Amino acid sequence: MIVKDVLDILEGEIICEGDLDQEIKTACGSDMMSDVLAFVKDQSVLLTGLVNPQVVRTAEMMDMACIVFVRGKMPDESIIKLAETRGITLIKTRFRMFTACGLLYTNGLSGGTKV
Amino acid sequence: MSNAIHLHYDVSGEDFTRAGEASGAVKKTLKKLGYNSDAIRRVAIAMYEAEINMVIHADGGFVDIDIYPDRVEVLLSDHGPGIPDVEKAMQEGFSTAPDNVRTLGFGAGMGLPNIKKYTDDMRIETTIGVGTNLYLTVIVNQP
Ligand SMILES: Nc1ncnc2c1ncn2[C@@H]1O[C@H](COP(=O)(O)OP(=O)(O)O)[C@@H](O)[C@H]1O
Ligand SMILES: [Mg+2]
Repeated sequence: MIVKDVLDILEGEIICEGDLDQEIKTACGSDMMSDVLAFVKDQSVLLTGLVNPQVVRTAEMMDMACIVFVRGKMPDESIIKLAETRGITLIKTRFRMFTACGLLYTNGLSGGTKV
Repeated sequence: MSNAIHLHYDVSGEDFTRAGEASGAVKKTLKKLGYNSDAIRRVAIAMYEAEINMVIHADGGFVDIDIYPDRVEVLLSDHGPGIPDVEKAMQEGFSTAPDNVRTLGFGAGMGLPNIKKYTDDMRIETTIGVGTNLYLTVIVNQP
């Protein structure tokens, strides 16, 4: 799927627009950034309930194209600015973490690792 | 070696939101220099975790980066409290981070293990009350 599909499936709203045609192969849902950093996956989307600039930095280090903020959380201006300069798409969805991950999973996205 | 590219960054201990700036800048430089994305990512992630540690545990410090054709060497140096038991600190899940750090997404005790995982060499020099030097090496396999 591509970033645009993530947006549609999660009935999301774009907060910062990067490349919406970028291919997404795996997903990772966590509020602990070290957990995200522990497993490198290719072309991954990050789902999180955490709202601070380190979420964008984590995505930057991991070469992630897209961050989804669950539970309708809205990132502030500093976070949006940072994402803009990194070309990372920010999406907001009203779904909670479990549901958002489930929706992406049933639509064919995997965790990228067996465990 | 004289053909190394040297970078230096000061890391502020005041502002958690800025932690990772140096890592991001190094990542950008390595990209520009044409290093392969796997090596760049390993440097970026390891350095980022170490930079976060400097900010949350040691009130900031500085980073020296030497970029060679076949490897990247990073020194992260701080004048923080030092690490009393390095072996323990290296264990997954061990953390002395306060709860407010956890609400920011860090402090799960995975930083040092992650750094070990992503680097080819990692060395910690630490003295209680004086500070910590963390030496990292990432070998670059040419694409
Ligand atoms: N630069 C440092 N100065 C002092 N203590 C440190 C430093 N880096 C790591 N530590 C200690 O090692 C522990 C483990 O570090 P780490 O694995 O990164 O986990 P975390 O940062 O989540 O606590 C920290 O909780 C802290 O006690
Ligand atoms: Mg840490």
